[in-house]
Amino acid sequence: MANVGIVIVSHSPKIAEGAADMVRQMVGDSVKLAYTGGDPGGGLGTGVASIREAIDRAWSEAGVAILVDLGGAETNSEMAVEMLDDERRGRVVVCNAPIVEGAVMAATEASGGSPLETVRRTAEELSPQ
Amino acid sequence: MTPALLHRLILAVADDVIAHADELTELDQAVGDGDHGINMKRGFEAVRADAGATAEKPLPDALKAIGTQLVMKVGGASGPLYGTLFMALGKEIAPDASNLSAAFASAVEAVKSRGKSQPGQKTMLDVLAPVQMALGEGGTDLSVRLPIVAASAADATIPMLATRGRASFLGERSIGHMDPGARSSALIVASVCRALEG
Repeated sequence: MANVGIVIVSHSPKIAEGAADMVRQMVGDSVKLAYTGGDPGGGLGTGVASIREAIDRAWSEAGVAILVDLGGAETNSEMAVEMLDDERRGRVVVCNAPIVEGAVMAATEASGGSPLETVRRTAEELSPQ
Repeated sequence: MTPALLHRLILAVADDVIAHADELTELDQAVGDGDHGINMKRGFEAVRADAGATAEKPLPDALKAIGTQLVMKVGGASGPLYGTLFMALGKEIAPDASNLSAAFASAVEAVKSRGKSQPGQKTMLDVLAPVQMALGEGGTDLSVRLPIVAASAADATIPMLATRGRASFLGERSIGHMDPGARSSALIVASVCRALEG
C-alpha cells in the first residue's frame, strides 16, 4: 500500500513552499507532497481550484492529509474535498493542526506507512487542547 | 421567472457588489484581512460576464452556476460560503421559485454547516437568519421589508463580539465594527428586492 500523501494550503505561496521544503528535508521522496498558496487573483488567499489540483498531484491510494493555515484555507479545502468524486472523497482529510509542525509530523508518520487516520491523529496531537 | 427578469436580477446584484467593493474592503480591514471587497468583486465580475448565458438556464441551474463561479473565483472564506448559499438554493428551489422560503431556509442551513457557525457570532449568518425568518413569515410587502430587516441586522453586528472567522482573532477589539460578510449579505438582499420591484 502506498504512503499517505500530504497537501499544504497556505494563504501565502511562500509559506506553502517553505513548509513543503521542510517536509521534503524530513522525509525525502517517500511521500507524495503538493502545496498551494495565493488566491485566484495572485494575492494572499486560497482557492478551491488550485487546492483540487494539489490534491490530484499528491494523490495516493492510501489517501491525502491536508494541512491548512487560517480560516479560508480550511473552508476552501473542505469545499475542494466535497467536490471530489465519491471514490476519493472519503480518503481525504483536513487536519486541525498547525501548518508547519503538522505537515512535518504528518509526513513523518506517513513515511512509515501509517494509515490516514493515524497520520491525521499525529498531526492533530500538536493542536492546543 | 423569465430570462429577462433573471438577467436583470443577476446584473443588479453583481453591479451592487462591484460598486461597494471599496466599502467591503474597508470594513474587512477593520476586523479581518482586508480582502472581502476585492474577492467579492472578482467573483461577481465573473458572474456578470456570464449573466446572459446564465439567465437562459432554468432558475435552479442558474443559481448553481452562480454558486460554482463564486466558489472558483472569489477566494477567501467568502467564496465557499456564498458559493454554498447559491448552490444549495439552486439545489432546493423549484423552477418557478414557489418554494423560495423553504429553499432559502435550506441554503442558510448549508452555510451554517459549511462555516461551522451559528447566528450570533458576527458573520453573514446574522443577516441571513433574520432574512430567512422574515421570508418565512411571508406577507405582501416582502420586497420592501426584507432590505430593511437585512440592513438593521447588519447594523446589529456592530456591537457583537466575533467568535468565528478571522475577526475572532481580535477578541474584544472586534466590537464596534460592522461585519463585512453581514454587510455584503444585506447588500445582496437589497439588490434582489430592488430589482424585483422593477
